[in-house]
Amino acid sequence: MAETNVSGNNVPAHMEFRDLSKYFDVSPPYLTRLLRREGRSLLKAVDDLNLSIPRGSTFSLVGESGCGKSTVARLAVGLYRPTHGQIAYDGKPMAYRRERNTGQRRVQMIFQDPFASLNPRWRVRDIVAEPIRAYRFLDTRAAIEKRVGELLEQVNLTAKDGAKYPHEFSGGQRQRISIARALASNPEFLVCDEPTSALDVSVQAQILNLMKDLQKELGLTYLFISHDLAVVDHVSDYVGVMYLGRLVETGRVDTIFGSPRHPYTRLLLQAIPNMEMGNKERTALRGEVPSPITPPSGCHFHPRCPWANERCRSQAPALLETPDSRKVRCHAVEEGRLDELPIRKAAQSGQVIDGPLEFSSSIAA
Amino acid sequence: MNDTHKPPLLEVKNLRIEFPTRHGTLTPVHDVSFSVDAGEVLGVVGESGAGKSMTGSAIIGLLEPPGRIAGGEIRLNGERIDNLGPAALSRVRGRKIGMVFQDPLTSLNPLFTVGQQLVQTIRAHCDISEKASRQRAIELLDGVGIPAPQRRIDQYPHQFSGGMRQRVVIALSLCAEPSLVIADEPTTALDVSIQAQIIDVLKRMCREHGASVILITHDMGVIAETADRVAVMYAGKIVEIGPVRTLVKQASHPYTQGLMGSIPVVGRKRERLVQIEGAMPRLSDIPTGCAFHPRCPQAFDTCRRETPVLMPAQASSTACWLYREGHNG
Amino acid sequence: MRRLAALRVGSRTWSRIHRIYDSDLSWSFRHSPLAIVAGLMTLGLLLIAVFAPWISPQNPFDVSSLSLLDSELPPAWDPEGDARYLLGTDVQGRDVISTIMYGLRISLVVGFCSVMLSLALGVSAGLAAGYAGGWIDAFIMRIADIKLSFPAILIALLVNGIARTLLPREVFNELALWILVFSIGISNWVQYARTVRSLTMVEKSKEYVQAAHILGQSSLFVATRHILPNTVGPITVLATINLALAILTEATLSFLGVGMPPTTPSLGTLVRVGNEYILSGLWWVVIFPSITLVLLVLAVNLLGDWLRDALNPKLR
Repeated sequence: MAETNVSGNNVPAHMEFRDLSKYFDVSPPYLTRLLRREGRSLLKAVDDLNLSIPRGSTFSLVGESGCGKSTVARLAVGLYRPTHGQIAYDGKPMAYRRERNTGQRRVQMIFQDPFASLNPRWRVRDIVAEPIRAYRFLDTRAAIEKRVGELLEQVNLTAKDGAKYPHEFSGGQRQRISIARALASNPEFLVCDEPTSALDVSVQAQILNLMKDLQKELGLTYLFISHDLAVVDHVSDYVGVMYLGRLVETGRVDTIFGSPRHPYTRLLLQAIPNMEMGNKERTALRGEVPSPITPPSGCHFHPRCPWANERCRSQAPALLETPDSRKVRCHAVEEGRLDELPIRKAAQSGQVIDGPLEFSSSIAA
Repeated sequence: MNDTHKPPLLEVKNLRIEFPTRHGTLTPVHDVSFSVDAGEVLGVVGESGAGKSMTGSAIIGLLEPPGRIAGGEIRLNGERIDNLGPAALSRVRGRKIGMVFQDPLTSLNPLFTVGQQLVQTIRAHCDISEKASRQRAIELLDGVGIPAPQRRIDQYPHQFSGGMRQRVVIALSLCAEPSLVIADEPTTALDVSIQAQIIDVLKRMCREHGASVILITHDMGVIAETADRVAVMYAGKIVEIGPVRTLVKQASHPYTQGLMGSIPVVGRKRERLVQIEGAMPRLSDIPTGCAFHPRCPQAFDTCRRETPVLMPAQASSTACWLYREGHNG
Repeated sequence: MRRLAALRVGSRTWSRIHRIYDSDLSWSFRHSPLAIVAGLMTLGLLLIAVFAPWISPQNPFDVSSLSLLDSELPPAWDPEGDARYLLGTDVQGRDVISTIMYGLRISLVVGFCSVMLSLALGVSAGLAAGYAGGWIDAFIMRIADIKLSFPAILIALLVNGIARTLLPREVFNELALWILVFSIGISNWVQYARTVRSLTMVEKSKEYVQAAHILGQSSLFVATRHILPNTVGPITVLATINLALAILTEATLSFLGVGMPPTTPSLGTLVRVGNEYILSGLWWVVIFPSITLVLLVLAVNLLGDWLRDALNPKLR
């Protein structure tokens, strides 16, 4: 289906998610359910996701815990099978694990935890050589060793580091080894699952700069998963904001972060502690992210949303396109209520309140 | 800056922490000196391995053996607390200094209700009846923003969400009315939207209860919003200390400058982030002279030979030879 | 170490030796007196067993070399003893010290081989159960539970009894060692299976395994090349402690009469034989083999204890 993708033109996307859903069965064992007279519980980790990622760009998925972005990452790379819908890579559906063909093998992943993503018992050179051996790119030992050396140099390590074990390296260096391993498989598309979340800020800067350089050098497309909006703002061309399995807003990153429309995006951007803004007056994002197993009815965000009304409680909004090339999933935006209804000015205490919202008559700046 | 009429609440002088290992003795904290006034929020920021958590643990006397305080002194209200025996230390801990840890999951005992833990702590330090303690606990829970505190006080920690648990931990740290609260990465394990809530709660409660705060974190954003002054640590030493505004906008020490420049900020578009080459040295391998000199773009000869001490520079104090009297360029 | 360097050992081997010497494990060994004593003792007994055919005064299994005239002689320091037989002789004229040395061989061979068998069974079962999960896991674990309800001795008795009835006497005596190895081996595998299973389940969720899956590596590859190497530490500890147990089990079985036959006695058989004659005053036939057995089991146990503490990451 040639729908207009995020970039607004009809260029075929590098990767597309079409009505993608992934549900997990988290029911307790049969006997327990029988005794408690419960039905099955289904965790809708990803619900009806529609996205397209242009070639050569960086598309970020941002959201908090339980929003499903990690699941999307694993679906994209073929580690999970979708429950409904499909992932189209270069127009063809993505296969599962071993069934991936040569083209699909060019989608690789970089993981979050630099300590768990490398086998502690393998030497670095074997770790980096694994894709080369698995995909049979080279067959002589000498050729493989040479290539491993080149890859290590490409991520600013040395060829001699190949003989060492992962525990001899720092977090940032291990992440570089992970990147070298991903590069060893000649990728076109890299899924990066929170690659810098576990790193110190100065190391993060090194890794992000490296990733940008590699993207330019090798013409890679990135699907970047993160919870850190500042990092996302720095690296991405496009962004998708997720909440409890659904995409709530997506578009160019300057548009979305510059003038956010969805209430969640707006409140989230305000809520992050920010170096520039300092002691600012903020509207509290009240409550906490609900459990994804029993999400709120209708629009998942309605219990925390200052603009929620009856329709939001009962009917889930659809993802609609706005004139400025973004897509938003919100009744208030659709009905044009967003700018009219005043934002409830939060109590100074930032208190967690369970009861119904009361709207004040004053209008927040 | 320091109000010269009132003595500081907490004074740390030349603190040195040693860690004997089979490879030799490591020194994770090396000659750290700072002070905290009553009512202020001091941020201690640094990357992993800089020694900030160890400093916090040392102040409250919770250093994990074989680590030990090998030198310097820590004074609370003028009296030394670093050389106390276990009995005297347990009177200081909780009563005079409270602590908020990073992980709300493991900070609370899952076998006791929230109320039991609060009341236990209150009664351990204050001589009031069970009923009065319970009342005080309910007030505290209300203060940190737990809804329906009379009902929730009898619930177990697993019945609270992560953010709520951290609020309970803040209440727990304040229940004996300490004059100082040390918060070690209080928001790192929480979702982004909740971090702001927790920081607000911490700041407000400490202000209401008259407690100063030492906020230890690697997140500069949190520091920028919460702290009055901030100390930047590197390889076991404080390299710069001063008002938050100054350090964020016009840092003097090259490391602080690099650090501020490497942090991405929403709306600030840059092609590349500022990159400090290399990595923080291992404790067993700290360079001579200024520990930062191998990575410093402005290092010169003295930096390699002599270890700098804190000296005044513009609006902060910096441990950098660039600011020595008479040095130019 | 520097003096060793004078030997012309190749530089690559040298650096490897240096790395082993310098490793945490070897440092822990050098600084633990108990481990050093236990290690030396085990090594000593092992060497005695290996070189027994050369160093023992007599071959006690060779019936033709025995002399009934020399039977029931007390140890050499006793006035009635004979200097040729240091620790005395038994009722058939067998030199006790030689029999101990040969008996040690049997104990150690049975110990090692049965541990190998248990390892092979247990590790494969645990790996399969942990990695596959689902009904395979449930199936294997139920078999393990069933096995656990039979004590090791009982299983050994069963196997032994079957073998004895099925095989002619001479064949049985020749194969007695391997029948013992088999019966002890199949009774001790569950511990390994359980340990490897829980380790596998932990490692399976780690990201390096996911990375291997993305590369399309087969389940066998991931299980054996990625996960298995990470289970080596705890398994080594278990194996060492189980070695002591296996040796003791073999001794028990031989003592009960269902282990090694009297013509090729192990330490346990000796104890049994000596036990029968203890009332006639032949104390040396019981005491010395028992002491040897105790020393061996103690040494291996202590070594296992040290290894467990040394490999425990939390204690480092």
